[in-house]
Amino acid sequence: MKEIKVDTLVIGGGSAGMAAALEIAERGFSVTIAERENSMGGILNQCIHNGFGLHHFKEELSGPAYAEKFIDMVDSSKIKVFLDMTVMDIEQTTDDLTAYGLSRDNGMVKFSIKTVVFANGCRERNRGSIGTPGTRPSGIFTAGLAQRLVNMEGFIPGKECVVVGSGDIGLIMARRMTWIGSKVKAVIEIQPYPAGLTRNIVQCLNDFDIPLYLSHVVGEIHGRDRVESIDVIPLENGVEQKDKSFNIKCDSLLLAVGLVPDNELAQKIGITINPETNGPVVNRQLMTGQNGIFACGNVLHVHDLVDFVTEESERCGRYVADYLDNKKPADQYKTTPGKNVKYLVPNYYSPKEDNKFYLRTMIVKNRAELVVKVNGKEITRKKLNHIQPSEMISFSIPGGKVENISELHNNILEVQIV
Amino acid sequence: MSKEIFDVAIIGAGVVGSAIARKLSSYNLKVALLEKECDVSFGVSKANSGIIHGGFHHGSEYLKSKLEVQGNRMFDRLEQELHFPFRRCGIMVAAFSVEEMKTVEQLYMNGVNNKAVGIEMCNRSRMLSLEPKLNDDVVGGLYAPAGGIIEPYRFVFSLVESALKNGVKLFTEFKVTSAEHNSNGYGIVSEDGKKIESRWVVNASGLFADEVSGIFNAEEFKITPRKGEEFLLDRNSAARTEHVIFPVPDHVSKGILVIPTVEGTTMLGPTAIPQDSKEDVSTTAINLKMVFSSARRMVPSISGRDIITSFTGLRPVLESGDFYIDVSAKQPNLIQVAGIQSPGLTAVPAIAEYVKDLLKKDGLVLTEKSSYDPTIDKLPRMRTISPVEADELIKSDPAFGEIVCRCESVSEAEIVAAVKNGHTTLDGIKFYTRAQMGRCQGGFCTDRIIKIIQRETGLSYEDITKRGKASWILEDKIGDLEVNSYGNME
Repeated sequence: MKEIKVDTLVIGGGSAGMAAALEIAERGFSVTIAERENSMGGILNQCIHNGFGLHHFKEELSGPAYAEKFIDMVDSSKIKVFLDMTVMDIEQTTDDLTAYGLSRDNGMVKFSIKTVVFANGCRERNRGSIGTPGTRPSGIFTAGLAQRLVNMEGFIPGKECVVVGSGDIGLIMARRMTWIGSKVKAVIEIQPYPAGLTRNIVQCLNDFDIPLYLSHVVGEIHGRDRVESIDVIPLENGVEQKDKSFNIKCDSLLLAVGLVPDNELAQKIGITINPETNGPVVNRQLMTGQNGIFACGNVLHVHDLVDFVTEESERCGRYVADYLDNKKPADQYKTTPGKNVKYLVPNYYSPKEDNKFYLRTMIVKNRAELVVKVNGKEITRKKLNHIQPSEMISFSIPGGKVENISELHNNILEVQIV
Repeated sequence: MSKEIFDVAIIGAGVVGSAIARKLSSYNLKVALLEKECDVSFGVSKANSGIIHGGFHHGSEYLKSKLEVQGNRMFDRLEQELHFPFRRCGIMVAAFSVEEMKTVEQLYMNGVNNKAVGIEMCNRSRMLSLEPKLNDDVVGGLYAPAGGIIEPYRFVFSLVESALKNGVKLFTEFKVTSAEHNSNGYGIVSEDGKKIESRWVVNASGLFADEVSGIFNAEEFKITPRKGEEFLLDRNSAARTEHVIFPVPDHVSKGILVIPTVEGTTMLGPTAIPQDSKEDVSTTAINLKMVFSSARRMVPSISGRDIITSFTGLRPVLESGDFYIDVSAKQPNLIQVAGIQSPGLTAVPAIAEYVKDLLKKDGLVLTEKSSYDPTIDKLPRMRTISPVEADELIKSDPAFGEIVCRCESVSEAEIVAAVKNGHTTLDGIKFYTRAQMGRCQGGFCTDRIIKIIQRETGLSYEDITKRGKASWILEDKIGDLEVNSYGNME
């Protein structure tokens, strides 16, 4: 069995993994990326639409173009990349980490490492996650699988389809299916408001006269061998109005019903998972509950924009380098989601250092405010023009801003949306 | 079609027909196994709960009880020979009232009368120490250590592989629609006009045993499908128990169980609702709720967040409630094997023996085949082997180093083995390898599996199906852009 000694093993060579690895390499540490596909870039490779890079590169790029910029940087760095490699297991002893990576060309490779970065992204929720009743025919695809079949393999997964979920992935696939000559008969959204960006509602649905059914759910799937039709049920105040249900004939169903961080390996080694994000609980340095194991990108929490993944992962890379430099972090205290907040990442903050937070709200509101409190005292407040659960919110607290740290209190930083 | 005259044709390649075929393959006989679907185990057997029962649910007056206890004991040897996933994890029945404990006492007496191995009555603390995840409202219950769990479709695949290795001929997509008695025995004709001849016929056609009996002008009986909906939980579910947990049964069914499947997921179900249709395998929202509340009563940590999929199976139920396994009284050289519902899977090795004895009694000459080999090769599974073993394996076949299904850690080599064993649909590959069976339900690997099937079989994309017939996956290919005479792309 091949054995490799390296400072950091980054699991996943998508936007998160590449950004983290580049920062670590920049600081002179040895880094290896294990990527399970045959090229780096991750899910960006199948996202051939534009809209990427506006924040990070200040220009609008397609997914593959965004990935390519990072792939070029990795290629010209000292980072070692294993493609077609799946990390099967991680073992942790008191001061050592071992990881096992499996690949066709190298067999099982044993990595002796000081740090691991989980950067292996998320997976799609599927029919089981939303419990859609009915038969189990072919023709039911998650939107990402359909996107891969269309954009990477050149297939048409269905000619008359219905998209479930109005998040950006659902909207983009509705347009994509139309462009390859399929008829998109409806987009079904359980919420009373669309989950995706307004520009995508306009450019992906309105421009193609695709009907959007808000406050509707798929009641049942019909068809023995292949999907033949679905029943759609309207909701009124969240209650199914079965007497008003109607049937849509279709040969396929594309499910764009959310993403979940893919954390099986982390769970297997006992890393604590935040049930609100399905990602690991992390401290200010994005380190999980286990020493030397970090997480960033969609495996930590699902992001809206790749630009935010890059920002978070570059920061993670710097934290990993600090750790490898034996730089001792300042004191940390817990953070907690307060009123109207679904989750807050990271789960700890440091009063003496700069802190960057990502969060999601549970409400839809215009002219809302984000309020940060420590020990009951308001630290800062930020105006938010419009908020909704599908749009991630970020804010920063600079070092020194929190002044009322006291041994008499728990010093928990609470974030509210009001 | 085949010119040879078979000694025995078995109709139905579910677990029953496949076990009978394998049993008969140990004798000097020509055996045909006929299946209407495109792969074996695609009927009742694919949705089986996978329980090896503990021999206490039915009184000793039933044929099914006798065969259940006999069959249970035969699984250790079968596992040695056929390498299907199987574990004697034990079965518990949890009672939540003094009244329910009275039923448990009856079950215990059934078990004693049926000579079930190791069965015991448990008080509350014994129940909770055996299974800490039980609701601590439990009053007491029953423990049957000889009960276990199995992967039902893998069991069928192994039985068929063994049968084929020993000379049985398998005919898939052979839906029997007519039969005539002739001097050789029977001429059996399929829906699309294929014909085979056989001296004896075994009717093991599950839900359709009544219709097949009709085709042969034999006994009239009615099979009523009884629907069972099941829900599968992620392998990380905190609710995974050590034992199979049964509620105290009612007169209709054994109730909603919590099943720690042998491959690491947790299954909840099945419901038990009679219906007319033999095709309707839909799931319903109302039963999902019912299954969850029933299962949660026994194991409170069960969470809807952990659901990865749901499915429905149909049990073939006769009015008598017992198995009907006998030589036909109306037609010569015909053995009826009908009504094989729970505990059919457990009983199956004993059913195969029983049918073999019936055939012998009916005049079929059985001589043991000297070349019979009861074992099949064991296929390595990447998910369960050590890093060192994995490294060695990849040296012999690099395809073991390519993980195709990330959720269940299934390698390309395992998928190729499935295809080479004749499982060329997505469901066939799923049942053989577990690829697409994990938490992403094929979201990441479906396209890769399609490519492997195409490469290994030469099939075109339009011939790739979920489970045969009209269940194709891809509707079309995106046309190449053509440059028209004006130089513009169309």
